[in-house]
Amino acid sequence: MKSKLTSNERVSNLLKRSYDEAFEAKAKGQPVGWATSVFPQELPQAFGLKVCYPENHAAALAAKKQSLELCSVAEEIGYSMDVCAYARTNFGFLEKGGNDVLNIPFPDFLLCCNNICNQTIKWYENISRKLNIPLIMIDTPFNMEDEVSSERVDYMEGQMDEAIKQLEGISGKKLDPKRLEKVMEISVENGRLWKKAMDMTSANPSPMNGFDLFSYMAAIVCARGREETTLIFETLIEELKERINHGKTTFRSEEKYRIMMEGIPCWPHIGHKMKVLTKYGVNMTGSVYPDAWALEYEANDVRGMAKAYSLMFNNVNLKKMTQYRTNSLIKGKCDGAFYHMNRSCKLMSLLQYEMQRQIQAATGLPSASFDGDQADPRCFTKAQFETRIQALVEVMEERS
Amino acid sequence: MEIINALIASMDWNIKNPEGVVKRYKSDTGKDVIGCFPEYCPEEIIHAAGMLPIGLWGGQTDIELSKAYLPAFACSLMQSCLEHGLGGRYDDLSAVLIPALCDTLICIGENWKVGVQQVQRISLVHPQNRKMEAGIQYLRSEYTRIKESLEKISGEPITDEAINISIEIYNEHRETMRRFVDVAACNPHIMVPLKRNIVIKSGYYMLKEDHTKLVNELIEEIGKVQVESKPYKRILLSGIMADSKVMLELLEDHQLAVVADDLAQESRQFRHDVPQGNDGLHRLAKYWSIFEGCSLAYAPDESRGDILLKDIKDKDIDAVIFCMMQFCDPEEYDYPLLKKRLDEAGIPSLFIEMDLQVSNTEQIRTRIQTFSEILSY
Repeated sequence: MKSKLTSNERVSNLLKRSYDEAFEAKAKGQPVGWATSVFPQELPQAFGLKVCYPENHAAALAAKKQSLELCSVAEEIGYSMDVCAYARTNFGFLEKGGNDVLNIPFPDFLLCCNNICNQTIKWYENISRKLNIPLIMIDTPFNMEDEVSSERVDYMEGQMDEAIKQLEGISGKKLDPKRLEKVMEISVENGRLWKKAMDMTSANPSPMNGFDLFSYMAAIVCARGREETTLIFETLIEELKERINHGKTTFRSEEKYRIMMEGIPCWPHIGHKMKVLTKYGVNMTGSVYPDAWALEYEANDVRGMAKAYSLMFNNVNLKKMTQYRTNSLIKGKCDGAFYHMNRSCKLMSLLQYEMQRQIQAATGLPSASFDGDQADPRCFTKAQFETRIQALVEVMEERS
Repeated sequence: MEIINALIASMDWNIKNPEGVVKRYKSDTGKDVIGCFPEYCPEEIIHAAGMLPIGLWGGQTDIELSKAYLPAFACSLMQSCLEHGLGGRYDDLSAVLIPALCDTLICIGENWKVGVQQVQRISLVHPQNRKMEAGIQYLRSEYTRIKESLEKISGEPITDEAINISIEIYNEHRETMRRFVDVAACNPHIMVPLKRNIVIKSGYYMLKEDHTKLVNELIEEIGKVQVESKPYKRILLSGIMADSKVMLELLEDHQLAVVADDLAQESRQFRHDVPQGNDGLHRLAKYWSIFEGCSLAYAPDESRGDILLKDIKDKDIDAVIFCMMQFCDPEEYDYPLLKKRLDEAGIPSLFIEMDLQVSNTEQIRTRIQTFSEILSY
C-alpha cells in the first residue's frame, strides 16, 4: 500500500524520479529547462516540459562537498569570489561538463525569475550566452510600496503572455488552458500544504528538527505542480500530527530553546551546524521559508499568479521583510533569532543589520549572527558559529 | 592652452564643490536640487521641472556610519554614497532618486528610507524585459510616478512640452560628449586621462546646457592647439567608473591614452540618444529599450562584447583596462565572458579593482607599470 512509505522516502523517490525524467527527456531529444527556484513553474509544467533547478542542485552539490572544487573552476575562468556561490558552483559544473556525484542534464532553455534576487539575471544570461540557448525572463520589479501596483501586474502579465509564446515555440505545442488551470490548482494546493506542514513546528516541543524543512523544500522547489508532492505533504502532516499527539520529535535532543534562523543554510557545513545546535538544545522553529512557496491565487487567474510571484519575501520592502521575520518568530514561539550573514546573498545581507534591529525592537527577542556562505565552505568558521550560538544561548537562558 | 586649462579648471571647481553648486543653484534660481544615484536616472524629468539633477557618484571618504547598515562586502561606491547621506552631506537636496538596478542599489534605497529620513527617497525600478511593449509601458508608469513626486516637491506641474525640450537639451549634450570623446582620442597629449575624466564627470554637477556650452568651447580650443604628440598606446577603459586620480595620472605617466571607454559614468550615458516622438515620458521609456552595452541592462545576447570589440576595431585600441568596482556583482558576471572574447581577439587586458576608500596605490602603480611594459614590446 502507498501509505506505507514515509514522507521522507516519498521525497527521495520523487527527487530521483524528477532527475531520471529529465535525463530520459534529454535522451529522447526533448528540450529540458533550467529554472530559478521560484519561477512560475506552472508555465513549463503546463507544456509537460521537464525542468531542473540549479540552485537546488548547487545546494545538494555543496552538501556533498562538491562545491569548493566547482567554485574554484569558475574562479579560474575569471569569476570573482564575490559572485554568488550557487552560480559559481553551477558555472564550474558547466565548465567541467557534469558531476559524477550528482548530475543533471544540460539545459536546452532557461527560465529565470528575479523575485529571489537580481544576480539570477546575470547568472542565467551567462548560461544563455555560453550554451547559446533561449532564456525566458520573468522580471518582477522590486516592490518598494506595500502593495504590488497594477502597473507592475500589467507588466508581469505581458511577460507571462510572452513566456507562453516562447514555450510554445520550445515545446512545439499550443498551450492547453485546461492543463495550465489544473497545474495552477495543484501548485496552490501544494503551497498551502507545505505551509501548513511547516507551521506545525509551532507545537511545543516542535515535532521536527527544524532542518528537516530543507529536505522537504526540495519537493516544493522542484515539484510544486505535481500530484506526488500533494501526497508527500499530506503524509508529512499526518506524521507530524502523530508525533505531536505522542510528544515525539525528530529533533535529537531536548528542545531547550527555539529559534528563528535567517538565511540559506551553509550547505557544506550543514552537518556541523546541526550537531552544534543539537548539542545546545536549540531547535529551529521559525523560518520565512514556509511563506516562500505558499503562493495564493485563483486557479485560472494569471494576473493573480503574477502578483503572488512578485510578493516573494525577497522582493518586498524592508518593512514587509521585517514583518515576515517577526511573524515567524511569533508563530514559531521562538526564544531568539540567529542570522546568517551570507556572503553570497547581497539582497539578504545588505538589509540584515537594519532588519535585525527592527525585529529586535518589535519582538524584544535576543539575536546573534554568524558569517557564512550558502555554498562556499571557505566563508564559514566552525569556531565562530559555535561561539555565536553559545552567546545567544546564554542570553536566552538568562531570560527563561 | 591657457584657455583650455581655464575651462577645465572651471569644470573641476564644480566637481570639487558639490555642496557649493547645490547652494548656489538654490539661491540663484529658488528651485530644488535632486540627487541622482548611479547609474541611470531620467534626469530630463528633473531638468524639465527647472530643478538641478546632480550626480551622486560616491567619492573617497572614510566609512564609519554606513557600517551600521552594510557589511564589508558591499560595493565601495554604494558605501560612499550611503556614508555621505548618513553624514548629512546631502541634506540640501530636496530628494534623491535611487534606481534599483542591482541588489545593492535595492538595499541602499531601503536603508536610505530608514537612515536618511531627512532626504526623501524617490524609487525607480527599471524593467529588465525592457524591449517588450509591456516593459516600455511599465517604465513609463514609473516615470509618471517620479514626475508626480517632483511636482509635489516643487508645487508646480511639469508639462510634456518642458520634458520634450529637456530631452532635446540632453540629446544635444550626448552628441557633444560623443564628439568630445572623439576629439580627446585624437588629442591625448592635451586631453590626458585625468582631464578627460574631469570634462565628462563635471557634467553631473551642472545644467546640461551649460556643460554643453563649455565642452563646445573646449573642443574649439583644442582644435587650435598645435602640439606634437608623443607615441601613445591606445586604451579603452571598461567598468562602472574610473574615477581615480591616482590611476588616471599613472596612465598618463606611462603613455597610455584613454581613447575610448565603456564606463557607466562616462560613455554609457551618452552612447545613445533618446528617440524622437511626442510623448516625452514614452520617449524616455523607449530610450531604455534601445539602450545597450551595460551589465545593468538585461541582454542575454553578446551585445556588450560586440560593442566593445567594435570600438576596439573602429578606434584602433591597443588594450583594455577593466576598472572593476569592488563587490559589483553585475560587472563581475560580465567580466569572464568579455575577457574571453578579448583573449580570442588577441587584445591584451588588465584587471584593476577599484575601491573608492583605499588610498594605498602601490598595487595599482605596479600593475599599470607592468602592463605598459608588456604593451611596449
